[in-house]
Amino acid sequence: GNWARLAAQQTLTQDQLLEFDTFGNVSLIHVTDIHAQLKPIYFREPSENIGVGSNKGAVPHVTGAQFRKLYGIQDGSPSHYALSSGDFASLANAYGRVGGLDRVATVIKAIRAERPDAILLDGGDTWHGSYTCFKTAGQDMVNVMNALNPDAMTFHWEFTLGSERVNEIVESLPFAALGQNIFDVEWDEPTELFPPYKMFERGGTKVAVIGQAFPYMPIANPGWMFPEYAFGIRDENMQAMVDEVRAEGAECVVVLSHNGFDVDKKMATVVDGIDVILSGHTHDALPEPVLSGKTIIVPSGSNGKFVSRVDLDIRNGQMLGYRHKLIPIFSDVIEPDAEVSALIDEQRAPYLAEMSEVIGKTDSLLYRRGNFNGTWDDLICDALLSERDAEIALSPGVRWGPSLIPGQDITREDIFNVTSMSYGQAYRTEMTGEFLKVVLEDVADNIFNPDPYYQQGGDMVRTGGLGYRIDIGQPQGSRISNLTLLNSGEAIDPARSYVVAGWASVNEGTEGPQIWDVVENHIRKLGTVTAKPNNSVEVIGA
Amino acid sequence: SSTFALASLTSLPVFASTTDDEIAALTGGAELGEGAITLTAPEIAENGNTVPIAFDAPGAVEVTLFADGNPVPNVATFKFGPLSASRSASTRIRLATTQDVVAIAKMEDGSFQTAKANVKVTIGGCGG
Amino acid sequence: MASGVKPRVKVPKKAAAGETITIKTLISHKMESGQRKDDDGNIIPRSIINRFTADFNGQNVIDVTLEPAISTNPYFQFEAVVPESGEFKFTWYDDDGSVYDTSKKITVN
Ligand SMILES: [Mn+2]
Ligand SMILES: [Mn+2]
Repeated sequence: GNWARLAAQQTLTQDQLLEFDTFGNVSLIHVTDIHAQLKPIYFREPSENIGVGSNKGAVPHVTGAQFRKLYGIQDGSPSHYALSSGDFASLANAYGRVGGLDRVATVIKAIRAERPDAILLDGGDTWHGSYTCFKTAGQDMVNVMNALNPDAMTFHWEFTLGSERVNEIVESLPFAALGQNIFDVEWDEPTELFPPYKMFERGGTKVAVIGQAFPYMPIANPGWMFPEYAFGIRDENMQAMVDEVRAEGAECVVVLSHNGFDVDKKMATVVDGIDVILSGHTHDALPEPVLSGKTIIVPSGSNGKFVSRVDLDIRNGQMLGYRHKLIPIFSDVIEPDAEVSALIDEQRAPYLAEMSEVIGKTDSLLYRRGNFNGTWDDLICDALLSERDAEIALSPGVRWGPSLIPGQDITREDIFNVTSMSYGQAYRTEMTGEFLKVVLEDVADNIFNPDPYYQQGGDMVRTGGLGYRIDIGQPQGSRISNLTLLNSGEAIDPARSYVVAGWASVNEGTEGPQIWDVVENHIRKLGTVTAKPNNSVEVIGA
Repeated sequence: SSTFALASLTSLPVFASTTDDEIAALTGGAELGEGAITLTAPEIAENGNTVPIAFDAPGAVEVTLFADGNPVPNVATFKFGPLSASRSASTRIRLATTQDVVAIAKMEDGSFQTAKANVKVTIGGCGG
Repeated sequence: MASGVKPRVKVPKKAAAGETITIKTLISHKMESGQRKDDDGNIIPRSIINRFTADFNGQNVIDVTLEPAISTNPYFQFEAVVPESGEFKFTWYDDDGSVYDTSKKITVN
């Protein structure tokens, strides 16, 4: 509405965004899930994020207007735009793009000006997700992140560069690459390359940072790309590491985690002695930490959209208090850091012409986040159906990928932002109706299993040409029903084979054109993209 | 990313009765106690072809492992000699599908103890 | 003898008398289950390591019977006590009649 065009943006200043009463004796700075977004982008938060089990109705499983009500956020305010969905396109017009690592650099420098020895921690999913990151196998992100001078990092999508490349980069990192749950697969032993923790002495206080990489790496991503490594939650080992660092004199224990929010919440109740979990992977952005047991959990969003600052008061081996701010990176408000801006442009320069090519235009909002569908994924499914001549399309429920607002051009870079990966082949195969149900049931249980330790932290696989009903509260095998071939309106026959196109298979040797080429060809033919309403999934029991 | 191993998951019938038969053959139908063995397995297998399994059965003379959803449930039998320091061991096993792994321990007094652990074998799905 | 079969073990070099030590063993072996079919639909015959033993100075530590459900490259971890200096002997028995073994010395002080 018009109220969204209020002059809020003019009154918003960098000083306001950075305002913070320095507190206690230690500061933590957390960035996570940047997904290689060097430049400002639009990013719409989810409109649907269903919680299950004990997390039903708990944050971050509250969205839109309910989320704003819960946190007392005014409609049309900067926090509305940054933290919730709803009226996104008009707010995006009013407030502009978010993120950009040169703006992030400004925020980090400002915090360091107040607290020179603040600890900067990167939660991972950093070296994945853009055209330049794909072309340089992560080198662009490594170069820019190194300029921000982090103290430690943990990992997820980085491993999809393949273990050889990951090892090569990690060996050269000027900061700690942590993962208490990264093990050598052959002998089931910790690795030398990824130590479990690092001790920092800051503000006269010993702070231990323990890394927790994404636990389900070889399940959710192609294990054959990093066969030397095993992962898992390993909370017994986490407890052993907490006990070890405490015995070494740590007065504060911070876990730099890529578990996902609900897994972190559970881990905080299973493992004793963690003061702070800096939470990544599920891309949640919350204006306040969540307390689980005696641990505060701080999720910091994704795509470079936020920086978290956490100041801690630690005395005599105890965390007595904290002060926290989730700083939204409004790119028109925060002055870019000139040095980092130049460095970013340097990474992009060799590819600028090819990635800036305009492929088409959108007159609708293209976004991804939501449990069941988003307009970007609808477009990708349409591309698969049409370009691969399939009856049914399957597209992975990933949570990365910026949004485009109505009227924007779609460039090749924009397409890579929502598709790029090292296993992007768009397969075309036959699946029986029975197998399709097995696939949907399997993926649904990885999202809606009431035990967070069984949740892998994505959204439901997106379907094109296929409708179904899902009953969230049922067990695996009983959630999915009413499978329908949308084209004919007929029920899916368990015994019949259907032609299915999809992408991001974890299987080695998957064949097909790259998904970004499939999507590019489709958009070229459309010229202008118009999103249609999608009612193909009926959700009950949420 | 919801990423499916397209061919790896076939629906297998449940072979529980075979496992029960095998256990009965091992124990002679004796009653199975619980609580003396711990069986450690991952909640979700990273790779169904190599699932780490560990057990600790203080007071056992031998421990047999079964996988009750495999076409052939037998996995291995561990007999402990005089120089074993504990009645514990780890190995890696193949699981065709989501199922229970069952351990049966024959104790020094001739009684039997059991423990089970469910392991999920999934075709994947994630995306944060 | 099947080709490429290579045992590897991890045993500490030193221990105190009566100390509990952890041993890890691996042997590279495909562990053909006898349930797979080749491209022509014929069953590929079973060919596995069916027994593994660990002994110290002639006394047994562990004796394992393996079925085809044990993964490729069979792995075992277990604990032993070492009463005196001596030698561990690890032996793997193949379906094809081959026997593979390796030894490790340990000094007790
Ligand atoms: Mn992630
Ligand atoms: Mn992520």
